[in-house]
Amino acid sequence: MGVMLKVDGIHVYYGSIHAVKGVSFEVGEGEIVTLIGANGAGKSTVLNTVSGLLHPRTGSVCFMDQDLRGVPPHKVVERGLAQVPEGRRIFLQMTVEENLEMGAYTQPKSSVAPGVADVYKRFPRLEERRSQVAGTLSGGEQQMLAMGRALMSRPRLLMLDEPSMGLAPLLVEQIFEIIRELHAAGTTILLVEQNAQAALSVADRAYVLETGRVSLSGTGAELMASDQVRRAYLGG
Amino acid sequence: MMTFLTYLVSGVSLGSVYAIIALGYTMVYGIAKMLNFAHGDVIMVGAYISFCTTSYLHLPAWLSVVFAVAVCTALGVVIEGLAYKPLRQAGSLAVLITAIGVSYFLQNAAQLIWTSNTKVFTSVVGLPSVRLFGGRLTITGETIVTVLACLLIMAGLTFFTGGTKLGKAMRACSEDKAAAQLMGINVNATISMTFAIGSALAAVAGVLLCSSYNTLIPTAGAMPGIKAFTAAVFGGIGSIPGALLGGLLLGIIEIFASAYLSSELSLAIVFGVLIVVLLVKPSGLLGRYVPEKV
Repeated sequence: MGVMLKVDGIHVYYGSIHAVKGVSFEVGEGEIVTLIGANGAGKSTVLNTVSGLLHPRTGSVCFMDQDLRGVPPHKVVERGLAQVPEGRRIFLQMTVEENLEMGAYTQPKSSVAPGVADVYKRFPRLEERRSQVAGTLSGGEQQMLAMGRALMSRPRLLMLDEPSMGLAPLLVEQIFEIIRELHAAGTTILLVEQNAQAALSVADRAYVLETGRVSLSGTGAELMASDQVRRAYLGG
Repeated sequence: MMTFLTYLVSGVSLGSVYAIIALGYTMVYGIAKMLNFAHGDVIMVGAYISFCTTSYLHLPAWLSVVFAVAVCTALGVVIEGLAYKPLRQAGSLAVLITAIGVSYFLQNAAQLIWTSNTKVFTSVVGLPSVRLFGGRLTITGETIVTVLACLLIMAGLTFFTGGTKLGKAMRACSEDKAAAQLMGINVNATISMTFAIGSALAAVAGVLLCSSYNTLIPTAGAMPGIKAFTAAVFGGIGSIPGALLGGLLLGIIEIFASAYLSSELSLAIVFGVLIVVLLVKPSGLLGRYVPEKV
């Protein structure tokens, strides 16, 4: 099993604020890896650095053995790395189908229609609402659209930032079921979550982020059993 | 009745020019979230380019329009790249001041190149006037071409933003730049393209405006620019149909106000209407109120 994504000692700043202080982790091909941690621990900052929206002051990000230094975000997508951003960030004034088309922006025209069909097969609700403006969707539907949109670029690695945020428990379960299915279908996944319970239950391996540093790492089961994690993130 | 129709026709004609200029303002605002106050001066540059190609190079009128469009498109891309792009992360006030600076730069550069003497601009429109109602209503060729150009541009932009990949990418960028980047859209290139389109439209507007009014000075673009900006805000800044509606209404109101009320006060009336509209509907006639995300 090869290493797909290797993040090595990155330090990321917002102006003078030192948000990520030397984070290192790896995602192997075919794995689900999760980064858990409290609000403000630097999880989204790490994902946005991998996506190229932010730049590390030191440290490196390697994807498929290639350094991503200086690669602009729109080129990162072309290499097979897609992100479902925090808060979904779908295009609210565009239709469901137009959102999916934007997801396939880097793809040849011939693969757009089959991609859309695949997404509709996975998320039948989106097909019912294909010509509706995305802003009229419910929170759960918006999350499905955000995931479907990211899948349109046929990513090798799918990064999900807080997919369960703001969703009812039943929907959270549904979203995690979809994550399992995507993984079973061969997609490598990097999942950022505050919902540690749900995240650890699907993850092969996990890293705990605390104030910009990795404080703990191990398999999903190990961390689920760890006292430190139970106290801090699992409510006892 | 005939005078009323005559005024209405000139209002629609003037309004069509405002609409074409307002489209540039509104598209650039939509994507770059900045008011490009130099937009009006690009109109003036377009008119001078057309003037030079016909008067000095003796090229045919249609070719002069092509030249004007080409030069202004390039100018728009250069202005964006040199003046605005370095300020992408800067505050909106810095960008606004820069835009005003670019505006003065263009006006003064034009004065250096072409002097401040008024140039007599020969209309590029060869179409004869149309006389209706036994000659009591005259519609000039310029009016016909202007209105047709405006409709054509509107139709073209509607198709572009709704039916093409690049146009949709432009809408995606204007909604959420970071998300657009995560889709693989090159945001900088998209912004450049928007400036190119807006500036090309400004060139068309400049040629049409000067064809109707026949005079050209280095500050010729400033006032139409401000009025078109008003039209864009009036219709709802960021909205393409809003720019058309705002432009047409503004042109009609301006002509009616100066014909029936007072030509001195016509501008005050135009801006008065704007203030009332913004008091009642702050997002403009067709604008959407988009709450700031927290």
